Amino acid sequence: MTAAAPVVALQGVSRLYASGTLALDRLSLRVEPGEFLTLLGPSGCGKTTLLRLIAGLAEPSGGHIEWSPDGGARQLGFVFQEPTLMPWARVEDNIRLPLMLAAVSPAESAGRVGEAIAHVGLEGFERAYPRELSGGMKMRVSIARALVTKPQVLLMDEPFAALDEITRFKLENDLSSLAHRRRLTVLFVTHSVFESVYLGSRVVVLSPRPGRVAADIRVEAPAPRGEAFRTSSAYIEACRQVSALLARAMEAR
Amino acid sequence: MAARGRGDRVLAPVLVGLAALAAWEAVVRMEGIPPYILPGPILVARTVVADWGTLFPSLLVTLAITGAAFLVAAVLGLALAVVFTQSTFIERAFFPYAVILQVTPIVAIAPLIILWVKWIPLALLICAWLVAFFPVLSNTVLGLTSTDKNLVDLFRLYGATRWQAFRYLRLPSALPYFLGGLKISGGLALIGAVVAEFVAGTGGAQSGLAFRILEAGYTLQIPRMFAALLLISAAGVLIFALLTGISRLLLRRWHESELEPAD
Repeated sequence: MTAAAPVVALQGVSRLYASGTLALDRLSLRVEPGEFLTLLGPSGCGKTTLLRLIAGLAEPSGGHIEWSPDGGARQLGFVFQEPTLMPWARVEDNIRLPLMLAAVSPAESAGRVGEAIAHVGLEGFERAYPRELSGGMKMRVSIARALVTKPQVLLMDEPFAALDEITRFKLENDLSSLAHRRRLTVLFVTHSVFESVYLGSRVVVLSPRPGRVAADIRVEAPAPRGEAFRTSSAYIEACRQVSALLARAMEAR
Repeated sequence: MAARGRGDRVLAPVLVGLAALAAWEAVVRMEGIPPYILPGPILVARTVVADWGTLFPSLLVTLAITGAAFLVAAVLGLALAVVFTQSTFIERAFFPYAVILQVTPIVAIAPLIILWVKWIPLALLICAWLVAFFPVLSNTVLGLTSTDKNLVDLFRLYGATRWQAFRYLRLPSALPYFLGGLKISGGLALIGAVVAEFVAGTGGAQSGLAFRILEAGYTLQIPRMFAALLLISAAGVLIFALLTGISRLLLRRWHESELEPAD
């Protein structure tokens, strides 16, 4: 363990629902700074619960979550499964929301909103309403909103699951280069083996409920990833490996 | 397609209306029904014009009560909804009584209210308000509690204060529901005002259209009765159209209910 202090470390974290269902069972995980960690698991394995615990939207029933003391550890952005936009607000106002809630001055917000819009390629759509956008573009707005506070950590909960494949590939490429450029630490939840390998510098496989870490492997390919990686033998080999690990995790239940 | 759809929307009901009026006029003429039993539509229209001097001031009286009751219903309905959604205890404690007020027939309690409140216009306003406020209250409560759960989480994540979450999330989410409540309340306020006028039976300078109907009934001026009825209906349609227009204006950019159908 020579790595730098983790951005966030989970130690024996459990989460029991009010219904009595154990969603997570003594799960431990260290998230290293700058890594793109994909959390892969079947539906209902507690992936979303895990992300909500890390975001502070729910409290663990057992264990604890520790953030690195330096670098404003709580600076995080969250991207939900759905775009989760305010339908009554224009694109720019949706993106400005976190700044407005934090009472950032209008002059500074304007610059940062513009920057976030440029990052996700939404120039020209600032004044549009969410309903006028396609699913992929709505997700871009959602990502821009998560980036506008300049977070160090980005939590993403199956953000591309509802998109068509062409849009998803494009967004995956853009996210990969964005994370690389901004040196973001990303926790990305997915149920797709291919997506977990394509994006992740590290893939953590979760077991079916109650969720715990079943496997934890590195994907040794340089970031940012692009279409060349998608057709490479390294990618296909990694997918095969992760598929096997996922299958084993499913059997072990 | 779109142009034809829009044309049909106006043309279809107008044709039905004209056909019904023509049939009514025809039946009255062919059967020789006397005007004190059933006046034909042409006679009713003539009476509206001839009695305009009496009917129009009465229309204004009824509309004034309706408008005031509607405004109070809108403001108080919204305010009560906000209070109810701040605490489950308050909602549980008071909502049943709001329901009781709503389901008690206004005709039954109007005499009491008129008895207790000496100033008749105020008594009428209270009656109309009682009928009108509930849809605003219940719709707005529904709207304030149907906020997108993920957006609620998002606001929490970014440390929104209670006020910010209310002002920037709950209130705009509830707007379509509130406007839906207003559309129902507008018509109900008019009905409440007319019913209360019937019960009060006020004469003199402050008499509304309901009194004109009563008066015409006593003196067997049936065409005038119909003319007053026509004005009440027209006022109701106008109120509804006005509220629909306001709703469209406020929601047309973003809410499903007011979107133009996609091609």
